[in-house]
Amino acid sequence: MSNEFNTPGYDIPPEMQGQVAITTLDKIYNWGRRSSIWPMMFGLACCAIEMICTAASRYDFARFGMEVMRPSPRQADLMIVSGTVTKKMIPQIVRLYNQMPEPKYVVAMGACASGGGPFKEGYNVVSGVDNYIPVDVYIPGCPPTPQALLHGLITLQKRIDAQSIKSVRWYQKEGTEVVPVPVLGPDIMDPREYELIRKVAAEKLQKEQAAAETAAAPTA
Amino acid sequence: MSEQTLVAEDIIKTRFGEAVEADGRKGYEGYLVKREKLVEVATALRDEFGYDYLSSVTAVDYLPEDKIEVVYHLFKSTGGPSLVIKVDAPRENTSVPSLVPVYPGAELQEREAWDLMGVKFEGHPDLRRILMWEGFAGHPLRKDWREAYFEEEGKPFKSRWPDGHVYRIEDKNPFAKNVDYPAGFDPESWVPEGEAALYAGMGAVDVGSNLRTDHVVVNLGPQHPSTHGVFRMVVTLDGETILKLKPVMGYLHRNHEKIGERNTFLQNMPFTDRLDYLSSMSNNFGYALAVEKLMGIKPPERAEYLRVIMAELTRISNHIFAIGMFLNDLGAYFTPALYAIQERELILDIFEAVSGSRMMCNYFRFGGVARDLPEGVLEKIRSLVVDRLPRKVDELDLYLTNNEIIRARGEGVGVLTPEQAIAYSAAGPVLRASGVPYDIRRADPYSIYDRFEFDVAVRYHGDVYDRYLIRMDEMRQSLRILQQAVRDLPEGPIQEGKPQYQVRVPAGESYGRVEGPKGELGYYIVSNGKANPWRYHVRAPSFINLTALETMAVGDKIADAVAILGSIDIVLGETDR
Ligand code: SF4
Repeated sequence: MSNEFNTPGYDIPPEMQGQVAITTLDKIYNWGRRSSIWPMMFGLACCAIEMICTAASRYDFARFGMEVMRPSPRQADLMIVSGTVTKKMIPQIVRLYNQMPEPKYVVAMGACASGGGPFKEGYNVVSGVDNYIPVDVYIPGCPPTPQALLHGLITLQKRIDAQSIKSVRWYQKEGTEVVPVPVLGPDIMDPREYELIRKVAAEKLQKEQAAAETAAAPTA
Repeated sequence: MSEQTLVAEDIIKTRFGEAVEADGRKGYEGYLVKREKLVEVATALRDEFGYDYLSSVTAVDYLPEDKIEVVYHLFKSTGGPSLVIKVDAPRENTSVPSLVPVYPGAELQEREAWDLMGVKFEGHPDLRRILMWEGFAGHPLRKDWREAYFEEEGKPFKSRWPDGHVYRIEDKNPFAKNVDYPAGFDPESWVPEGEAALYAGMGAVDVGSNLRTDHVVVNLGPQHPSTHGVFRMVVTLDGETILKLKPVMGYLHRNHEKIGERNTFLQNMPFTDRLDYLSSMSNNFGYALAVEKLMGIKPPERAEYLRVIMAELTRISNHIFAIGMFLNDLGAYFTPALYAIQERELILDIFEAVSGSRMMCNYFRFGGVARDLPEGVLEKIRSLVVDRLPRKVDELDLYLTNNEIIRARGEGVGVLTPEQAIAYSAAGPVLRASGVPYDIRRADPYSIYDRFEFDVAVRYHGDVYDRYLIRMDEMRQSLRILQQAVRDLPEGPIQEGKPQYQVRVPAGESYGRVEGPKGELGYYIVSNGKANPWRYHVRAPSFINLTALETMAVGDKIADAVAILGSIDIVLGETDR
């Protein structure tokens, strides 16, 4: 194990090898996090079934230190968005995301979570969870096979390996931003976009009035 | 039309006279009932004619004729073909009398028709939106309602085919998102309706005891490990005892029907996979039957056998998974499920070999199936259904059935009587565990099920334990069917005529139903002769089985609600569609 940690450039006497490692803070910090990612037990749709299979008999992601699935966001490090994100569900998803403590990661599993998927045009479907919360790894597929999910999780581990304690967002002075919870209006509303919504809706009204006037003009 | 139905037609006409009128449109069946006579006719059909099972309620928007038609499919719980009745209503202020007093099973379906189609059901006890939220603009299944990403009425969109370019629809939307707001809308002035209406009915209940206790309203879900996805239950509790329970759904409403009406007929096939995503082959089956009925074609022999093989394998994989997950709900966290998933994986291997995908098989075609069995797969199926699975089912049985905890938590919990099961339109294992031996494969046979020897599984207590047992029974019966089908599988073509991308479907309506692993899965399709279905409705067993959830749960403990829900075996893709 120590070989995994050792930073090149330090000679360890042969008799101490295997007992002592000289390493950087980053390396051991990242190793600790990437080897015990606890996913949130949270399934949205069809992709969740493949997620269960990945956790179960044949594929078994316990091999990556991930078998501890937690139903509570407060104990989870990773949100696997496994399925179609709907407008009715997105306020809850954002809330769950906000409740997860840092460091936290998001994996968009499957076509739906990544970009809307086969149901993209539906009136209740969000075109990808990244419209609202930041995503670290996208996994293609409908559904992604368990192998693909494992590959995505390994990719996430690699990303964690590349992080540095100096620059990770949760140790910055300004802290991390809380994502405002979307509001269920006549359609889903992102509080960050109220200005734009008002503007577009006003333009639409003007257009409709203009159209009504031209339609009424010949008879007048 | 057979002689029998002709006679029935006369009887109904004579009995009701002016109140009903045979539906004379070409390709249509059943009766048009006068709106004010609906409750009276339905009551008589139930009490005098034996049509005691209301299978499906839906509405069709006939925009060109400026009317909305509500369609009811009635059956006899003793078996036989359907009786379809319809009621017309104007598109403005659409309202028809509610049938909940006659058929309580209409409750959730009428709420859905109100939500998506804007039909007011007079006399409905709790007419709220069900799949969308209160406050959503419009009734989306109306033909003149357009989604934010609207392009054209039907596919293929000219922008894409034959010589268009692919582009991102986001680029055409001012928000670069799937949203649209009414003209002149001001978000700051919006007061969300929230869930006041939902909670209004959940307050204190008079339990008739002189000991004063506080009643607590508890939410389970939509993010809760016991709800099998994004289902939500709101319960009023007295201590730990459930006094009221309301199911809340729609968190996975993916607009299956709206998209289905834009798609061409064949394009819908892969979408049906994603309804009940644990049993995609069965979903394909029902849809193929409904469209084939309209087209008037039948698949060749070999295809029929392949269909039955796939459908029964699906039933086993679904039930074994359901049992595993049910044990999770009882607290045997994941060990039994691991055994179950191991067997399911072997069945998925077969699906992957024949269709290319483990879960989303998209295997059925109108008049056949997509591919023949690859080499060696028949052998695999044979060894699975003859040697391995029967032993594994016995093994599960041995480990679980007499387990003290399962018996203690299952027996006498969540009871549904046969009368209630029929009244609430329960289907599949839920209905049969309540002592009603109704299985569409026998009651109204489709495909080639009349050739196989098997028993309709039935249990009589209607409790959680029996709903567990019935799945064991059904797996054994499916294995019997499979053994016969594998033995008799003939050689020959697998597709009637040439495979086509664009099928011609004559105008008319049809209702195709199969006995899916979760119950009666029906597809109601209206075609106007064009490339896209005019109306495409799915009668989803997971959804309708939930109508009886409150009845099952009231009086039991809150922990039992989890077990009861697990014993119904819902899949959210189908519940919310
Ligand atoms: S990507 Fe496909 S499999 Fe996954 S949730 Fe979406 S439709 Fe289902």
